[in-house]
Amino acid sequence: MAQIGVDEWVAQSGGRRDQGTGWRKLLASAEDRVGWWPRLALVVFAGLIAGQLINDVNLQNVAFNGLLYAMLALGLNIAVGWAGLLDLGYIAFFGLGAYGFAVLSSSATGSGGNGGTHLPAIESVPVVVVVAGVVGVVIGLIALRLSGDYLAIVTLFVGQAFMEIVNNIDPGTLGGVNGLYSLDSFHSFGHQVTSPLGFYYLALVMTVALAAILHLLDTSRTGRAWRALRDDQLAASAMTIPVNKLKVMAFSFGAMVAALAGTVFAAQQNTVFPTNFTANILILIYACLVLGGVGSIAGAILGGLVVTIGEQLLSSPNDAGYLFYGLILITLVLRVRPWRYLAAVLAGVVAFGFAARGIVGAISSSAVAGGPGSGGWIGSAVKHYVIVPSSPATYGNILYIVLICALILIVRLHGIRRLLTVIPTVYIAACCWESRLIVNPSITTQIMIGAILIVTMAARPQGLLGTRRVELVDQ
Amino acid sequence: MQEFIQTIVNGLQTGCLYALIALGYTMVYGVLKLLNFAHGDVYMVGAYIGYFVIRWFGGPTSLSIPVPLLLLIMFGLAAGGCGLLGVAMERFAYRPLRDAPRIAPLITALGISFVLENTVLLLFGGEPRSYSTERFISFSTGIHFGHVSIDTVQILIVVVSVGMMFGLRELVQRTTLGKSMRAVASDREAAEMLGINVNRTIALTFFIGSAMAGVAGVMSGLAGIQVANTIGFLAGLKAFTAAVVGGIGSIPGAMIGGLFIGLAESFSASYISSQYTDLIVFGILIGTMLIRPQGIFGRPALQKV
Repeated sequence: MAQIGVDEWVAQSGGRRDQGTGWRKLLASAEDRVGWWPRLALVVFAGLIAGQLINDVNLQNVAFNGLLYAMLALGLNIAVGWAGLLDLGYIAFFGLGAYGFAVLSSSATGSGGNGGTHLPAIESVPVVVVVAGVVGVVIGLIALRLSGDYLAIVTLFVGQAFMEIVNNIDPGTLGGVNGLYSLDSFHSFGHQVTSPLGFYYLALVMTVALAAILHLLDTSRTGRAWRALRDDQLAASAMTIPVNKLKVMAFSFGAMVAALAGTVFAAQQNTVFPTNFTANILILIYACLVLGGVGSIAGAILGGLVVTIGEQLLSSPNDAGYLFYGLILITLVLRVRPWRYLAAVLAGVVAFGFAARGIVGAISSSAVAGGPGSGGWIGSAVKHYVIVPSSPATYGNILYIVLICALILIVRLHGIRRLLTVIPTVYIAACCWESRLIVNPSITTQIMIGAILIVTMAARPQGLLGTRRVELVDQ
Repeated sequence: MQEFIQTIVNGLQTGCLYALIALGYTMVYGVLKLLNFAHGDVYMVGAYIGYFVIRWFGGPTSLSIPVPLLLLIMFGLAAGGCGLLGVAMERFAYRPLRDAPRIAPLITALGISFVLENTVLLLFGGEPRSYSTERFISFSTGIHFGHVSIDTVQILIVVVSVGMMFGLRELVQRTTLGKSMRAVASDREAAEMLGINVNRTIALTFFIGSAMAGVAGVMSGLAGIQVANTIGFLAGLKAFTAAVVGGIGSIPGAMIGGLFIGLAESFSASYISSQYTDLIVFGILIGTMLIRPQGIFGRPALQKV
């Protein structure tokens, strides 16, 4: 250990600060010691073990979806994370891949459920991916004319246009709003993938291969050029980086990845509907990428898995509580320091709740007549804690608005006042959750996905695994 | 010929609404260089406010107050409510990101739009609602000649929109607030150094833009559009196209652009196909981008190094 004041010590100070202390230091040093490829091997190993352990078909489908969104986030990362182009038409390429596969591997082009094209996956997938790449080039060429913001809106229109075309053009072949069904499964060389576990392994192989390719791309000349372009287009072009070519490439590569994911999706689902490719799904993919960390391969994969698992938890009233109360607890533990304040806040939340419930219950017994929406042990634990009237809809709506106002208030307050506001806010959140939010899991999921985008951008723009980036903003 | 005139009338009606929404886009873009994707959803919230005002005063068939007063209350509440929503959005979501990388506020805007849409879905449900305007403003009033009919609501929309646009122009050109808005738009730091309260100016810009979107929401409800939580997306997209066609950042551009998109949509619905109007608007957007990216009234942007 060098002495304080010595040059070497000064030179290392940045490293010490980055490494932090305690468990963060351990984590950082472990990260340093394991290289990228061994880490990928670890992921493969974990994926294989997970495949062996998961016997439930539903869970296998969830795992598949997680990997699917990981793949989609990886593709989106090329344009958004590396090249810095806000691509809101990404979903159209996902749809293009799915519909492309559906047309090439079903009876859609035949008549009356017979005939049609039934190419093996080894032929149809490359065709679809190449077509998506070409379409990506065309849209990229239009996008060249546009600076960042215009690009976003034009690509948003591309997604809308895709929906309109699929819905209206040639319902005989593309199925219109009814979609296409009874597609072939993935088949090549006499083998075919049909079981959920098979699709899980297929998605695992694809995700890992994609991650490996993208890592090579990221560390290549092209990857560095993309980042240069993202950080300062003018400076990049001054360094003779072919800005236009790279933008088109980023678009097109992203489109190809999305189309690839689309083919697997269509084969696994066995059907494709226009509603599979709405702006909601686009936002979901953005949430995966933003949560994991824009610009990071590991982040995109992690984001895909986390968001899918969260969505799955939310859809079951017994498990949704784990996610909700777990999130509150984690937020409190991470944000409230020192420990004695944390203990005081937690005790305050419990005491406040029982006091409020006691007072309201004494005034009117019908105001506490309803049961909590949660099931399982969480449901029975909060049964005598939250206030839920017998018809909770309007009450829950009012609480929801109060909750948003309270959250805004918390952001504005500081110090001890903030802590004091946290106590009723958590209680309001619990009441609102039990009376309204958990009853509408699909809407709650959407609201939470939107909230992920807003909160991540405000609190931790680099996401879970991304690296912090400073950009010069010119006015 | 009569169909032609009727198409123009309908186009002007939609065009005015697009122009009002586009003004909000263009003003916010002017001062912050920010594309507020959630602007279309502010319009949607305005439409809902109008709907609940009608319900509050007894519903369309048995109104407890005279119609002009009802309209006044609807416009006032929608403008105020949406304006406050816009200010809250700016204060809590966009202001912390003012110096973040360009892409960050755009992603936040997507998130806000999504949260607003689904909040409305949670609170009011997904079924579309109708103002049933014909129950309290008769279609037979208004101007009729031959087979062309211009009903009272259409006259109201055009008069209110044009009034608001000229009011806005006067505000931007003549008042101190307008002057500071222009100053912030051209150079925020320099404006701050000259003693202009930049935060207040930006907040007021959001208020005015969102209030106009709210009024547009009420008027589209009056014009018979079904109010649902998803109407903001397409309306916002088209209004944005209008802003771009007119030249983003330019107030007369947004007005002209809005009318142009409205007319184009109305003509394509009458003469080409009603299924592909969105694609035609999209085509106009692409065409504008390729031929004159700065729009009709915009100046080509110079890149500062």
